[in-house]
Amino acid sequence: MSGPSDTHDHGHHHDHHHDHDHMHPYDPDHHHPHREDQDDTMTYYKVMESAVRELLIEKGLITPEQVHRQIEHMDSRTPANGARIVARAWVDPDFKKRLIETPKEAIAEIGHDIGPMHLIVLENTPEVHNVVVCTLCSCYPRWILGLPPDWYKSRAYRSRVVREPRTVLREFGTEIADNREVLVHDSTADMRYFVLPMRPEGTEGMSEEDLAAMVGRDAMIGVVEAGAGGTGQLAAE
Amino acid sequence: MGGLAGGEVNRDEHDYALWEKRVDAMMMLLTNKLQIMTVDQLRKGIEALPPDAYENMTYYERWIASVTNTLLDEGVITADELASKMAAIEAQAQAHAPEAG
Repeated sequence: MSGPSDTHDHGHHHDHHHDHDHMHPYDPDHHHPHREDQDDTMTYYKVMESAVRELLIEKGLITPEQVHRQIEHMDSRTPANGARIVARAWVDPDFKKRLIETPKEAIAEIGHDIGPMHLIVLENTPEVHNVVVCTLCSCYPRWILGLPPDWYKSRAYRSRVVREPRTVLREFGTEIADNREVLVHDSTADMRYFVLPMRPEGTEGMSEEDLAAMVGRDAMIGVVEAGAGGTGQLAAE
Repeated sequence: MGGLAGGEVNRDEHDYALWEKRVDAMMMLLTNKLQIMTVDQLRKGIEALPPDAYENMTYYERWIASVTNTLLDEGVITADELASKMAAIEAQAQAHAPEAG
């Protein structure tokens, strides 16, 4: 591995041998409490990421192109995909029925492959408001909505939304009437949830495209209602 | 964690950094394409981190720590390989630091 071609590839050699004969990936001396992730500073875990990736590449298990394509693939998944699904369901009752009964097939009609993931579509009604969490970690319908927002992965959201959902929703500016039931759904690695928000009043006659623009990410997690604004509203992105 | 007390939900968000996306991409390749590890192993590895990992490590720091531990446990990479590779990358980063400013 120390051949002359190495300099052309990465520029690092293997002669910088370290004294550690045992390496444990958790090292409390190297922790970085800051939330910001700056690409221009090298942290312990960024070094670990580079090291593991390069080792997997050297062993022929992955290629840089695969990593790049995978990142592009995830970047192409945005809440706009979910918004199109919601808008279609609002204008097409037959599609809505299929979306709820056979979500994977219905979503494939719009051109999205959700892979092996099981998905349950939760329809908000005047009687029931649904909200989604993953108390264990961060399970999320990423194949439709992209990667989850930071707060979805936060301790505060995950611990509290199952116990005091109305209070948490209020922090998002969402007031649910007392006579409306709030159902909290806890995702798992194998089962993801997607909220079908209620169509806002006064939107009769709007085009599917304009309707989709009213559906933000947070409405499909269930922390806001469609058209209510809030983070993740497409118009604001 | 579900049901425990907690503070107000911090709704600040950050755009994912490239290195975080790479951790995510590696995990997807390892699970979906190569089937070298599973989401359950990722979870188990995160649970096995010390209790203060939730306070002191960011989300994808916990992921890469768990992925790395799993790959070590499975013998996909060795501790020696990891140590020398990390040392090389750190040395290179330091050598380039003045230019990067």
